[in-house]
Amino acid sequence: MADRHPLFKPLIFVGGLIFGFGLGFSQMARPEIVLNFLQFDDLGLLFVMFGAAIVSGIAFAVMPRISDRAPLTGDRYERRLKPFDRNVLVGGAIFGVGWGLSGICPGAAYASLGVGNVTILWALAGMFLGAYLQGYWRSRSQSRDTSPAGAD
Amino acid sequence: MVADPVPLLTAAELFPNGVSRYAVGGLLVGLGAVVIYVGTGIPAGASTFLESTLSYVSGQSRFQQYVSSRDWRVVFTLGIVLGGFAFAATVQSGLVTTSLYEAGATSGLYEVGGLTLWSTSVQPWRLFLGGILVGVGTRVGKGCTSGHGVCGVGSASKTSIVGVVTFITVAIGTAQVVSALGVSP
Repeated sequence: MADRHPLFKPLIFVGGLIFGFGLGFSQMARPEIVLNFLQFDDLGLLFVMFGAAIVSGIAFAVMPRISDRAPLTGDRYERRLKPFDRNVLVGGAIFGVGWGLSGICPGAAYASLGVGNVTILWALAGMFLGAYLQGYWRSRSQSRDTSPAGAD
Repeated sequence: MVADPVPLLTAAELFPNGVSRYAVGGLLVGLGAVVIYVGTGIPAGASTFLESTLSYVSGQSRFQQYVSSRDWRVVFTLGIVLGGFAFAATVQSGLVTTSLYEAGATSGLYEVGGLTLWSTSVQPWRLFLGGILVGVGTRVGKGCTSGHGVCGVGSASKTSIVGVVTFITVAIGTAQVVSALGVSP
């Protein structure tokens, strides 16, 4: 971890830039557009998530076949597979209520701040508070929850 | 297809703004994730940043597990913020023109020093309360729209597909109820 490649963070930054530009371009960074989608006024937003999933899916399928390890970390190319348990449903439902109420999800909130949406700081403050609350509860009841690190 | 105008009308109703800008935006979001994955092998998601960043200020074990990744997650998030700003400074401000961008898609544009910025009119209580639930839910549910929705679905992960179906279905129900209750914007 300590001796990561010098280009590690610059590459992450460039990836984030493209990611955020795409969220701005697709207008997913505007809660109104997300709410229009959820209320069936404009289903175009489907093309954002599934368009992105198809592009990333190609990389997830191809990279493990053409190379053993990623150049900047030496990590193996693996797919993003998480174990299924009840938390996926419970957490997904809680996230769904929050997304449906606010029209904003974490990545889109960061990009939204970038397009000038100062009001979105309310949502970001809420997200940090929510993340803190669940972390506080789960740190205390860790014997019941042994989910591994790296969820995102 | 030409002889059957009904599906065409339906498509115009379902996609009143077309699909191109959404698809192009989605391709860019995917490309950003691919750049990171190809270079590092990391399937990046946006919501772990919320917990990993809390590890700078809280010793809770739940946050401390992310100490090794918290620095690059800050860099990733800064990139996303500045990527949004780059969009605002170019396309939104008219420096780069494209038929895929319509300025008037939602209200909320404002000018600062030659830049065209945008701010939401969704009420702060919705953003704050919704944000709390997003913070709890994405972390309990092991992912958000990018982790599950982009990288997980891209990995054909059954866990992620179930997660995405769950949060989209619940979000649709919630938004419809909130709208039916007359809450707007």
